[in-house]
Amino acid sequence: MGAKMVDFGGWDMPVNYGSQIDEHHQVRNDCGMFDVSHMRVVDIKGKGVRDFLRYLLANNVDKLTVPGKALYSCMLLENGGVIDDLIVYFMEEQWFRIVVNAGTADKDIAWMRQQAAEHAKAHPECYASGEDGAESESCSESEALAPEEAVKRIPNAYLFGDMSQEEAAALIFEKQDEESAEKPLLEIADHPELSIIAIQGPKAKEKLWAAMPGSQQLTEKLAPFSAVVVGTMFIARTGYTGEDGFEVMLPSIAAPYFWNSLADKGVEPCGLGARDTLRLEAGMNLYGQDMDESVNPLESGLAWTVDLKSARDFIGKAALLANPPARKLVGLVLQDRGVLRGHQKVHTAHGEGEITSGSFSPTLNQSIALARVPKEVQTGDQVEVSIRDKMLAAKVVKYPFARDGKGLI
Amino acid sequence: MSNPANLKYTASHEWVRSEADGTISIGITQHAQELLGDMVFVETPAVGRKLKAKEECAVVESVKAAADVYAPVSGEVTAVNGELNNAPEAINTDPYAAWMFRMKPDNAADLSALMDAAAYQAVVDSEAH
Repeated sequence: MGAKMVDFGGWDMPVNYGSQIDEHHQVRNDCGMFDVSHMRVVDIKGKGVRDFLRYLLANNVDKLTVPGKALYSCMLLENGGVIDDLIVYFMEEQWFRIVVNAGTADKDIAWMRQQAAEHAKAHPECYASGEDGAESESCSESEALAPEEAVKRIPNAYLFGDMSQEEAAALIFEKQDEESAEKPLLEIADHPELSIIAIQGPKAKEKLWAAMPGSQQLTEKLAPFSAVVVGTMFIARTGYTGEDGFEVMLPSIAAPYFWNSLADKGVEPCGLGARDTLRLEAGMNLYGQDMDESVNPLESGLAWTVDLKSARDFIGKAALLANPPARKLVGLVLQDRGVLRGHQKVHTAHGEGEITSGSFSPTLNQSIALARVPKEVQTGDQVEVSIRDKMLAAKVVKYPFARDGKGLI
Repeated sequence: MSNPANLKYTASHEWVRSEADGTISIGITQHAQELLGDMVFVETPAVGRKLKAKEECAVVESVKAAADVYAPVSGEVTAVNGELNNAPEAINTDPYAAWMFRMKPDNAADLSALMDAAAYQAVVDSEAH
C-alpha cells in the first residue's frame, strides 16, 4: 500500500499511507480504517471479577449493567499515578474484556495478576459460591475487614467437617497462597492472536454494512460505547478519532480478508499519524504523552473518569483524595506561526507549564496542543510558549478542538 | 523522483542550486520531504544574516516532526521565499522548485566540496540500509 512504516514498541506500524493530512480529512468527512492490532485484548473471567474490577479501576464498573456496554477508565498505582488507560467491556457477570495500550500491555497484565491475587486473599468472600450456588453479595463497598471479621465471613462452602472457622481460615489462606501461583481464582488471559481494525468516520456504518453482509442487522441499534459479539468477531462502537465508527476485534488470520473487504468498499487505509491528529483534535489523551505513572488522572483532564463519589475503595483513591491537584490539562491554540509540540514550556501568569501533546490541526488549519499548567489558569487566558529561541503567543481554550466533522474552536 | 543532476547536495539533505548572479538557492530534497511528510510550517533566516557552513538557519515542520535546515556553505542570506509561508506544502509537491532561501557564498570554491546527485543518492541508499 506504500505505507511509511515505523517501529512502535516492537510493532512495525504504518504512520501514513499517502498524505497524513488527506487521511485525517478522509476520516472527518467520510471514512477511514486503521490497523490497531498492537493494542492488547485481555479477558478477565471468574466469579468475583466485578468486585475485583471495582477495586482495580478508577472508574466504576457498576456503571456497566447491560452486556456489551463499555467504560473508559484509568488503572492507577497506590499513589494515584496512571499505569494505563483502557476500555473495559461488560460481557457477562463473570466475564469482562479489557483493551489496553500496546506499550504497557505486559506491565498491565502483571499488575492485574498481582492485584487479583492480593484481592482474592483480602476478600475471599468475593470469589466464593454459596452452597446453593447463589451469587455472593458484593463485598467491595465495605471497609477492609479486620482479620477476625474476615474469618466470620468465610462461607460455609469452605468449611470441612468439624473444623473451626479459624482452622478453616488458616487452611484456606495457606491453600490460596500455594494455589495462587498455579491456579488463581480469576482467569486473566490476554489475546495477542486477536487483531483490531478501527473503521472511523461519518460513513463508517454504511461502509461496514456494505463490506460485511449481515452486519447491519447486528449493529444498527448498537449504542455508542457498546459492543456486540458476532461469531468470532467483536464489534464495538468505539474509536479514537472523535467520529462515529467501530473497532472490530477478530482473529488475526481473518484480518487481511476483512481489511480487503473494507478497502473494496472504498474505505481508505489511514496511518498512526492521522490517528494522532484526530485524537488530539478530539481532546483524547494519549498514554505516555498526556499522562503516565508520574501524574494522576485529576491533573490529566480525566477527573470525569474517576468515581470518587461512591463508597467503594479502589487502588489510588486514598492518594487522590489526600492530594488535590495543583495542575490541570488545558487546550492551547497557537496564535503566532509555528507548530506546538510536546515538552515545549508554557509560560502563564500563574507559573510554568508544559505541552504534553502538540501538532498541527488539519481541521482548524492551525497548531493546537494539550498542556499541563497550574490549576489557576483559565479558559481565555493568554500564554506564551517557548519554541526554539522564540516566545510565541497562544490562547487557552476548552477542548475538544474538533469532533463529528467540525471544528469547535 | 530522481535528484536533478544540475544541483549539489549535502549529507543533511539540502539541495543547492547555483544562480546566474553568483548566489545559491537552498531547499530540501525529495528524500527529506518524503521522510517528513505533509509540511505545515517553514521558518526562514533573516535576509542579511551571516551564516557559517553547517549552521542551523531554517526550520521545516511537517505534521509529525520539525527538522533543522543547515547552511551548505558560509555566506550571507540575500533572499527568502516568502511564498512558503502561505504554502509550505509546495515543498511536498515540488521540492526542487520550492527554494527556501538564497545566499551569497563567502567563497565560491566551497561549492565544489558539496555532493553531486550520484554521491547524494548513495547517502540516501545507505540510510535506507
